[in-house]
Order: sequence, then structure tokens, then C-alpha cells
Amino acid sequence: MSEPVISLRGVRAELGSRPVLRGIDLTVNSGEVVALLGANGSGKSTAIRTIIGQVPVSDGEIELFGAPRRRFRDWARVGYVPQRTTAAGGVPATVTEIVSSGRLSRARFGVLRKADHEAVRRALELVGMADRAKDSVNALSGGQHQRVLIARALAAEPELLIMDEPMAGVDLASQEVLAHTLRQQVAAGTTVLLVLHELGPLEPLIDRAVVLRDGCVQHDGPPPKAVGQHALPGHDHVHPHAAHDAEPIRTGLLS
Amino acid sequence: MDLLNYAFMQRALLAAVLVGITAPAVGIYLVQRRQALMGDGIGHVAMTGVGLGFLLSWSPVWMATLVSVIGAVAMELIRWYGKTRGDIALAMLFYGGMAGGVMFINLAPTGSNANLMSYLFGSLSTVSESDVTAICALAAFVVLVTLGLRRQLFAVSQDEEFARVTGLPVRALNLLTAVTAAVTVTVAMRVVGLLLVSALMVVPVAAAQQLSRSFAATFAIAVAIGVTVTIGGTVTSYYQDVPPGATIVLLTIAAFVALTVLAAPLARRRARATAAAHPAGDPAECVIPASREADGKVGV
Repeated sequence: MSEPVISLRGVRAELGSRPVLRGIDLTVNSGEVVALLGANGSGKSTAIRTIIGQVPVSDGEIELFGAPRRRFRDWARVGYVPQRTTAAGGVPATVTEIVSSGRLSRARFGVLRKADHEAVRRALELVGMADRAKDSVNALSGGQHQRVLIARALAAEPELLIMDEPMAGVDLASQEVLAHTLRQQVAAGTTVLLVLHELGPLEPLIDRAVVLRDGCVQHDGPPPKAVGQHALPGHDHVHPHAAHDAEPIRTGLLS
Repeated sequence: MDLLNYAFMQRALLAAVLVGITAPAVGIYLVQRRQALMGDGIGHVAMTGVGLGFLLSWSPVWMATLVSVIGAVAMELIRWYGKTRGDIALAMLFYGGMAGGVMFINLAPTGSNANLMSYLFGSLSTVSESDVTAICALAAFVVLVTLGLRRQLFAVSQDEEFARVTGLPVRALNLLTAVTAAVTVTVAMRVVGLLLVSALMVVPVAAAQQLSRSFAATFAIAVAIGVTVTIGGTVTSYYQDVPPGATIVLLTIAAFVALTVLAAPLARRRARATAAAHPAGDPAECVIPASREADGKVGV
């Protein structure tokens, strides 16, 4: 048995006063690809965000590469793809500028050297965005935004990739590219923990699926087979999202 | 250029140029974090510092720096901890700061509403030697932070959650941004006044965005616009006897409008060039995914 890269034991977390995680156990071993599945509100994203320290834990233990998370400092070993629909901020930025910030974990005092710029370029090539390196991210499609966010995580050349719904809102062409990128990473020995709404094109890559329900682990084992209509070839699983969730128009002046 | 023969105009121009550099240099990070109005809030809080300066017969500039730094740190703490009631707490901080300023300045033996006006709307021609010294020191700090830590501040302002996973000290950098913004407000206080400070932090950045595709270019263009309008406004106010603060702000807005009009054909040409360079592109996407990044953020 290889050593655990991520280990959660009895983790509880609250958002406000609402318990979202109610004692989660989760282990991801070196080289494994683990999918975290579950319905909206089951605690998938919160579980991921406790691992990176964005959501405080009220009870339980989290270890990264064998070290307690609070004392873990070796962040260059971790690549993180947050759940985003856009890589853009309030000010224009080029694809390279965004991806370069992923390299900061390896750069001393924020100074990027030649090797760092090369790593950024390689990360862009991995997701097929090298030809858009100098373009503003505002000119990209939703799928290309996601590719930029993944390149940003890959720029540090991490041993562990944590991804929160990398396929959400991504067009088919970009899904193929992402699946291909991920296959290469896994083949190179990268450990992956990813939140997915459905297995989709990544299914063949996944070693193990952990299904959450109401903040508890309901299933931990081989990925569940799709059933019924979901199993049909070419099934495109699209949920209508509530309109109030949509990105508001932001001018950057009044928000 | 006979205006350079006067010592007060030399001081005024130096102060104006430093504001033209520092205000957009900090403002760009605030705009990037979508906290464009934070400068406005700090300006309100700084009023209490000015009032206290008069009341205690200390330098209003240094007192305003101290109080606005405390205020900016308080705002950052409210943003962390007061997720749901954060906006109410911020509103109270702003109005309390303003009211405190008016109250203290009226209690002060040497204070008067005329003094208050010079801090609210700027009083460039009365900038003293010691003001210039203070402004130079504070501006040097701002330039050092905004340029020296640009990659770190860019990462944190772009995506705080991701920045945490790169191991950056996110909270320290957020506090540093707040403190730098507070310092900039007091640098700009004598030039454009506390009520108009935010305009110089935000509008040059908004104007620069009309032309630029990258963060680096936006930064450079915004600072260039800032320096141009502050010099332009100061010189205009010398010849035309108009208030320099208001002139500078109106010039900045004019620059924004002019660049917006000029940039429209440029943007169209760029879009065509992009379409030509990437003919395959992406298929038209109908699924617009929901955004969750705004969760838990309190806009300032």
C-alpha cells in the first residue's frame, strides 16, 4: 500500500451554523485518481475546501503528504483548480499573467526566473492554450477559461492535483483536451482528487469514487456505473441552473 | 513656464505627480478585487484623523495616516469575520469616521470649517514643506509595495482561494493592500481631497482598461493617465483659478470618456484579428455556468 497523500479523519465543518460535513473519512493514496461525487449541497466542494484550508474544520484531522494540514508548507507539491466559471478578475489580464501566478509557489520572493517562465509555457502547451498566451482572458470561451485555470495549477508541476468541478460549463472540445491533459498527468504519476457532478469523459481514468450525501460518505469504492438514460452513449448531462446564480454584470466600479 | 518660479507651485506639482503615480498603482488592485469603493470608505475614516490632528495639535497628515490605517485594517477584519452583516458594519465605520472628523475639528481650538473644506476637497497651493516630506515618504512606501510585490498582490487580488494554495500569506497581503490604500488616501488628501481620492484610484484604471489586454499594460497606462491629469489639473488651476482637486477629477473622467470612444474601433479590430487567428475556435456555448466565486465576499 502506498503512502496516503491526502487523509481526512472524522472531519466536520460548518458553514454559518449549518453542519455541512458530519464526520468524513477520506484517504487518497499516491498515484490514485479519486472522484468525489454527490448531489448539490452534499458537501463535495466544502470537503475540498477544508483540505486547502479555505474552510475551517470544527473537528477531525487532515493530513497532506503525511503532515498535519496546519503545519503543511510545501504548497508547491499541490496544484489546485477552484470551482470557477471565469479566470478573469476586475482588471484585464493575459493568459500568461494568470498562469504565472500558479508558479509563485516555486518562485522565491515572487521573482520568476527563466525556468519558471518555461514551466508556465509548458503548462499552457499541456492544455493547448500556448497560441493564446498573450491574449486577454476576457476574449476566451468558458471552456478555455477552465483550461487556463488548469494550466495555472499545472505551472507549479505539482504531485497532487485537487480540482473542483473542472468540467462544469466546459464545451465538448475543451472536455476532450482536459481529459487528455489529465491522462498525461496521471500517466506521469500525479495523484488526483477531483469533485465531479458526473463521471463523463473522465470515467476511464478514475480508480475510486467517493460519494457524499448530506455531509457523510455514502460510498467508497469502484466508480458507480451510469444507469438508464445516463448510460446512453453521447448522453450530455446538463442541468438547468437557477437564474439567480448567474454571473451578475460587473463594472468593477460598484461592487 | 513661469509657474515653476514659485516655491508653492513646485511643491504642488511634486505632490500632484506623486498622487498621480500612487493612486492608480494601488487602485488597480482594489479594482481587480472588485472593491473599487474601498478608497472612498478610507477617505471617510481619515476625516476623524484630520479632526484629531487639529484637536491634539499634531500633524493632520500623520494623524490621518494613522487613523485611516487603523480604519483600513478594521475593514479588512470585517471582511473576514462579518460575512453576513459586513456591509452594515462598513457603513457604520464610514459614517462614524466622517461624523467624528466634523466633531473633532469643531472642538479643536484652531479648527474651523474652512480647515475641514481644505481636507475634504484638497488645497494644493497650501501644501507645506513638511507636507511634501510626508507625502514623499508615504509615496515611496506605496510604490515599493505596489511594484515590488506586484506578482503576489496580483495573485491574491485575482483569486484569493487559489493564492492560499500557492502558499502565499493571503491575510498578510490583504492587510498590506488595505494599509497601502490607506496611506495612498492620505498622500492624495492634500491634492484632491478626501471626498475625491477614490476617483483617482479607480477612474485611471477604468480608463486604461479600455486600451489594454494585460495587467502590466493596464498598470502602466493607468499611472501615465494619473500623472498626466494631475499635472494637467494643477497647471490649469494655476492659470484659470479653478479648484485643482475638482479639475483633476474632471480631467480624469474626460480621459475615461475619450479613451472609451477611441477604443471602440480598436476593440472591433482586435476581435476580428482574434477570429481570423483562431478560425476553429470553440463551438457556440449555450450553457452559461453559475458563478460561485462571489460567495462570502463583502464588497466595499
